[in-house]
Amino acid sequence: MIWNKEAECMSQDEKTALQSKRLVELVKYVYENVEFYRKRMDEYGIKPSDIKGIEDIDKLPYTTKDDLRDTYPFGLFAAPHSDIVRIHASSGTTGKATVVGYTQYDIDVWAECVARCMSMAGVTKDDIVQVAYGYGLFTGGLGAHYGAEKIGAMVVPMSTGNSKKLTTMMVDFGATAIACTPSYLLHLSEVLRDEGMLDKIKLKAAICGAEPWTEKMRSEIEQRLNISAHDIYGLSEIMGPGVACDCQYHEGLHICDDHFYPEIIDAKTLKPVKDGELGELVFTTLTKQGIPLIRYRTKDLTSITREKCKCGRTSARISRFKGRSDDMLIIRGVNVFPSQVEAALVEVKEVTPHYMMIVDRDNNLDTLEIQVEVDKDYYTDEIRGIESLQRKIAQVIQGALGISARIKLVGPNTLKRSEGKAVHVIDNRKLY
Amino acid sequence: MTVKQVSVFIENRQGRLGEVLQVLKDNNVNILSISLADTTEYGLLRLIVNSPEKARDVLLASGFSSMLTEVLIIKVPHVSGALQNILDLLAKANISIEYMYGLSVETKDASIVVKTNELKRACEILDKGHIETMSPQEIAIL
Repeated sequence: MIWNKEAECMSQDEKTALQSKRLVELVKYVYENVEFYRKRMDEYGIKPSDIKGIEDIDKLPYTTKDDLRDTYPFGLFAAPHSDIVRIHASSGTTGKATVVGYTQYDIDVWAECVARCMSMAGVTKDDIVQVAYGYGLFTGGLGAHYGAEKIGAMVVPMSTGNSKKLTTMMVDFGATAIACTPSYLLHLSEVLRDEGMLDKIKLKAAICGAEPWTEKMRSEIEQRLNISAHDIYGLSEIMGPGVACDCQYHEGLHICDDHFYPEIIDAKTLKPVKDGELGELVFTTLTKQGIPLIRYRTKDLTSITREKCKCGRTSARISRFKGRSDDMLIIRGVNVFPSQVEAALVEVKEVTPHYMMIVDRDNNLDTLEIQVEVDKDYYTDEIRGIESLQRKIAQVIQGALGISARIKLVGPNTLKRSEGKAVHVIDNRKLY
Repeated sequence: MTVKQVSVFIENRQGRLGEVLQVLKDNNVNILSISLADTTEYGLLRLIVNSPEKARDVLLASGFSSMLTEVLIIKVPHVSGALQNILDLLAKANISIEYMYGLSVETKDASIVVKTNELKRACEILDKGHIETMSPQEIAIL
């Protein structure tokens, strides 16, 4: 089912005209309201009047996560605080979070986009949707929640952390759809199997996102639960989940491109690449009021097609993600940068900043082990001394990353020193 | 009297203990007693050696996290109940033992290596009870 035929199936000409109009307004809006953009455009010698249509977009400078960090917390907000009704935040590359703000209009657009995505997965007002993303600063829970409500579905705000309660309610309520991370859904399928509840569920669709996954995982989820599983994409900087999702044909993720204008660029030269070629995904938020971003570099690697889909939608589609152009990891749905670990370890004087992160998947749940070298001058001659150091590091890491990690202390100079760019991560999950 | 024990942090990895011992061998350090306290992930190697400072220095130079700790080496006569008497003396003085392990030096007595809190007071109590402890000099010539 198509939620908003007018927006999702408009002709290419109509769309270009709409995107052009919106871009012109956006550039004017940020130039007038965001000092950062005004200064940057002045630096580049660009005036709002130079942008006459979507074809002029490549005259504009890029925005990066570092720009959000440098203007922490509200420096890139365009709307006055009195108009902001919601804040969300995600991991920054170092200690500071990346903070985003939404006006009521932004929240409405977000719900509209998520409604489109959930409709691609076949969700209607007759469905019972369990939302098992975290509720809070993370955009997953509330984002999926508002979208499902917009459709008129019966929403069960499960949040995360209690698989037993979730599966019980899934059966007792007769839930027909679930929104959660794909790895968690695989885990749930095992819980259901072990409890002998697989034939008691009424589930027919899953809207999975917040972490990369493969076609293999999708078919595994679909077979185990006998459902249709859909890949929903988003990032808090742009909005949250609902920026794009795949329809029943699973031939790429349909972008809500009347609100988010996509470009694919070469991450090194920063020049646009041709449709179909792999590159870094860049978004311009055409309609956002709270924190509009121009040519925001997502660092996600994908390719794009603008051909009409079999489903009838004309929106541009992106392929499954092929990786990242930076070193960000997504662990249990949480964005993690190795630089955050490094910054956290500097605070612990008993250890060196040498570390190795080992990410794996145990029983379909992500695990993170961090090996840390104890300092040569650190000493204890008691086991409890080592254990308390381990606990101390675990706390510092939990505080910095927002997820727990198993800390393993290793002797001085035992972690491999790499020549050139340091390797700090071993990811055994094979996500791309 | 207290003596210096060498403690070495090692993660549980095949061959790691051998590497520590190799460093000591290469530097002619004689090991008189050894104890390994371990968890599933780590080991704490505690050593009584003839030259503790040198042992610590060569281990540090070889990249091992090592340190010196003051401990007591108490001579225990080869008679039933001897160890119990000594521990009883310490317990009555509210001195707690953090860890202990044996030391064998082919004399008529056995010895134990003991780490306690309030080491100085423990020494005084042992002296008062006429219980012998070994001195660094005695260890050095072994």
